[in-house]
Amino acid sequence: MLTTPGGWLLVVAVLAPFVGVLAGLALGGRGAQHVAALMLPIGLAVASGIAWTLTQTGDTVVYLLGGWSPPLGIALRADGLSAAMLLAVAVVVCGVGVFARADFDTPAGTPEKRAPLAFWLLLLAVWGSLNLVFVSGDLFTLYVALELLTFSGVPLVCLDGRGETLRAALRYLLFALAGSLLYLLGAVLLYGGYGTLDIALLAERVHAEPVAWTAAALMTVGLLAKTALFPLHIWLPPAHAGAPAAASAVLSALVIKGSWFLVVRLWFDVMPGVVTLPAAQLLAGLGAAAIVAGSVVALRQERLKLLVAYSTIAQIGYLFLMFPLAFDASGHTLVHGAALTGGLLQAIAHATAKAGMFMAAGLMYAALGHDRIAELGGVARALPVTVLAFAISGVALMGVMPSGAYLAKKLLLESADSSGQWWWTMVLQGGAAFTAGYVVLVLANALRRPAVPVTLAKRVSRLSEYAALALALCSLLLAFAALGPVPGDLVSNPLAPKELGPTLLVVLVGALLALGLSRRPLLGGAGHDGPMRRATVAAGTGFEHTDAFLRRWPSASLALLALAALFGGLMLARSP
Amino acid sequence: MNAGTLFGLCAAVVIGVGVFGLIVNPHPLRKILAFNVVGSGVFLLFGAIAYRGAGAGLGGDPVPQALLITGIVVAFSATALAVALLLRLFDETGSVTLSSDAPARTGNDTDAH
Repeated sequence: MLTTPGGWLLVVAVLAPFVGVLAGLALGGRGAQHVAALMLPIGLAVASGIAWTLTQTGDTVVYLLGGWSPPLGIALRADGLSAAMLLAVAVVVCGVGVFARADFDTPAGTPEKRAPLAFWLLLLAVWGSLNLVFVSGDLFTLYVALELLTFSGVPLVCLDGRGETLRAALRYLLFALAGSLLYLLGAVLLYGGYGTLDIALLAERVHAEPVAWTAAALMTVGLLAKTALFPLHIWLPPAHAGAPAAASAVLSALVIKGSWFLVVRLWFDVMPGVVTLPAAQLLAGLGAAAIVAGSVVALRQERLKLLVAYSTIAQIGYLFLMFPLAFDASGHTLVHGAALTGGLLQAIAHATAKAGMFMAAGLMYAALGHDRIAELGGVARALPVTVLAFAISGVALMGVMPSGAYLAKKLLLESADSSGQWWWTMVLQGGAAFTAGYVVLVLANALRRPAVPVTLAKRVSRLSEYAALALALCSLLLAFAALGPVPGDLVSNPLAPKELGPTLLVVLVGALLALGLSRRPLLGGAGHDGPMRRATVAAGTGFEHTDAFLRRWPSASLALLALAALFGGLMLARSP
Repeated sequence: MNAGTLFGLCAAVVIGVGVFGLIVNPHPLRKILAFNVVGSGVFLLFGAIAYRGAGAGLGGDPVPQALLITGIVVAFSATALAVALLLRLFDETGSVTLSSDAPARTGNDTDAH
């Protein structure tokens, strides 16, 4: 194996953001902002360059550090998965960079503050660590990349330095560290068993035996803790809801994708023959639980940012539905195919749409001075572009026609059909209705005529509003980007009866869910709930209590260990 | 039992003790210490693997040693970041408890105090 043409781009993709961090640190507040502004187009160009090289040569782009080939040296590799994620992350980071210009600006003549400096440096650091996660071809380098990602993500939570956010950041850090130790332990065991940590070499040497499945179980669960898959979401709601809008967008859209991507790498590229179908069913089962619990608790929230945070928990669930669908016909090994493409599209669609949604929520918070959902009335008239951005992000997440989530759902449904796993069809179809539920809940309140005209606490920047809208549109139009301007038979007219019918059904069921579960009744006044609503509210409260119980430290860490044992057991069950 | 196995078993015990501490101790500082205990266990295991892999007349497999140094640096930075957050949390709120009352239940923007 040798360095391929264009391999140096991988080095630039990783190094450029970190050079930016160092330069920004040396130059200080205003300088850091300029450095970040300079880095955004450079990073986007490098990511596009890697994708272009890949499509031209049609083969994995490789760079051998120092010319040493594995197992002695370390290789950087970018395949189709990496290139797609590199490009998606570059687009989202650019969107966030434009959005944050208003919040973290240091105009000439004002003293430099710590929060803007920290934000711009951490934004670049998150970007560099993610790029390293996507291109490194070695499990230990991946460990370092993951830790860098955590170290740059955690301080984003507590940029404003309030006690509540500091506590959220500390919880996040401690739980993420527990996860990374499990990952490291797995990597150490693999080295002990096979004498290499290089992904390509390991894939040749590894086979189903105790050391391999123990390592697989430990690493998977460690990464799930960092991704905050239900029931390991102990840290996510306070961390994502407490951070400033731009930071929430980075955390929710990008940071959790790093560890998710690593689970994909591990299962598809390192041990496709070690993981088993029952283990994949468990993974997707946790995903299904995340969709239901996350969505129901989201509908029970009073605050918009917490609602969006819980919707992230539900969307993380979607990302894990592809695993059982990606097994080959014999059910023995994972293959790169339609299901994986669907999962990847889902991740990119979520990254763009959720960033747009958090930005829109943050703008509403800034403009109104609060984010209580029941008091959003009139905001649609005051901030039409922001509410439009929120609506489009929501529609894109629901999976309406040209959106990336639509295409992803279609690919996953086909895989479910062809492998006869009808239960995942139900989850995929039902999940959209839950998403519709919280979008309807927010929009119904935002479009309501207020009792007193809204007074805006603060004017929001036009540029920020359009940044949120642009990211939402990216997600909505992702199908065109994935399939080209003239898509084939995977895409049809969104207004044709065949498409419109299911869409309307999804929205209708979503509206019913919102009516039944919302904290304040959507229609009419409080006080005279029917028996139906009393029952649904009781169910919703039950979910809230379960969620609160699972998010306590002892239950979360015991769940971590129990899941590791369960995954190990399910992989042990594989008959040789 | 040779020395490699003995070190490996010691590592397992140390990891077990650390995981126990990570779960049962509510105090964040103790959790940070427990994290370091688990980390030491993992490093000890890696050392045992390096020792066991020392064939070909070498004094030890050098790759794990290089990785170990990196791992220790990472664990050190993690500890430093956690302790810095903890100190700041104490300065801001006067307490270091991790158990926030679930923010889902508070209806308005309340600060920590």
